[in-house]
Amino acid sequence: MPLLLAVLMASPLSQAEDLVAVAIVDGGIPAPLTSVPGSPDRGRLIVRDISKASCLICHAMPIPEEPDHGQIGPPLEGIGSAYSVPELRLRLVDPKAINPETLMPSYYRIEGLTGVLARYAGTPIYTAQEIEDVVAYLATLKAD
Amino acid sequence: MRFLVLLVGVVSAGLAASAFSRAQEADPTPTPRSGYEFMAPQTQALQDDDFVNPAFFSVEAGERLWSTPMGSEGLSCASCHEAAETSMAGVAARYPQYDPDVGGLVNLEGRINQMLTKEMGAEALAYESEALLGLTTYVALQSRGMPMAVDIEGPARPYFEAGRDYFFTRRGQLDLSCSQCHDGLAGQKLRGDTISQGQINGFPIYRLLWNSTASRHRMFAWCNTSLRAEPEAAGSETYLALELYLAWRGGGLPMESPAVRR
Repeated sequence: MPLLLAVLMASPLSQAEDLVAVAIVDGGIPAPLTSVPGSPDRGRLIVRDISKASCLICHAMPIPEEPDHGQIGPPLEGIGSAYSVPELRLRLVDPKAINPETLMPSYYRIEGLTGVLARYAGTPIYTAQEIEDVVAYLATLKAD
Repeated sequence: MRFLVLLVGVVSAGLAASAFSRAQEADPTPTPRSGYEFMAPQTQALQDDDFVNPAFFSVEAGERLWSTPMGSEGLSCASCHEAAETSMAGVAARYPQYDPDVGGLVNLEGRINQMLTKEMGAEALAYESEALLGLTTYVALQSRGMPMAVDIEGPARPYFEAGRDYFFTRRGQLDLSCSQCHDGLAGQKLRGDTISQGQINGFPIYRLLWNSTASRHRMFAWCNTSLRAEPEAAGSETYLALELYLAWRGGGLPMESPAVRR
């Protein structure tokens, strides 16, 4: 039975897109959130963009031109071999569906949050397309 | 067998109660370490030398104000308190505290403003104004090296508990609590920055990022905003409660104001 995570909801305070409903199946989200396929090149830019609260803040990544990588989460080198695309997508969209205690934010979920700054209220951290782009990039990070 | 399980349960509950007597069950509160320890050597060097520490511009402003009459009563701080070096020694280390006249918590900024408005016939100074930062920093300096020690018992207790709840509540779009980073991850790297314990013994600090002296509450607001959470107003009851919890959490740390932080 698929679990509906995102409630369709428009925020009057922002021009946010309505959240796409996502369904968890067998520990992953098999269906892409957008019709435009994710771009690994765009994803590689997003993961290092500090203004997007992105991966590199907490994770080491195979991006040698960036000097400072976070140490909070596990290194992401080889993550594309460890997890399938649906599993990667769930780990970005809502890692708390797997482990409620995780520090990692849910990048495409707006419920269950407390005291969100008004300009972010009702919007997920990533857009649906950014989720797809980052998933596409992470899938390229194969173990040697 | 069932008895044994029960016994183990009772014993471990007893252990937990004694091991975590600082607070509730499974309190992750670490042994306090000042933010100084998490700074780069060049930042520590700025703090180590009063002649290069930029916060001493605030100290000097506060020192001038200390003996400047303010308000309709014609009084300065020094009119009653005389030399701050003696009268204010150790005072900042005991704030915030419960004040029965206010019916709530008062921190050092609040006490200074209370003196100005109630005793001196002056207007309250705005939070983060040069004058209030100056007086706060000058008074806090008189406690340098003394252990932070606030009273959380009696009427202060509910405020302490509210502050602790705030510290452990996830908030903002990033859905993180203060505790998750400042208890659990202190010393680790968030990109190029080292996460500190979030101790407040150095405030008011000179913050390099802001090129200015800054209060504890300004830092709380910055932390909230970093999590994409709505900040509270400086001087608000919520931030006063958080300040009391943090002062207790760092109990025993020597006061460092004016510290230098990145």
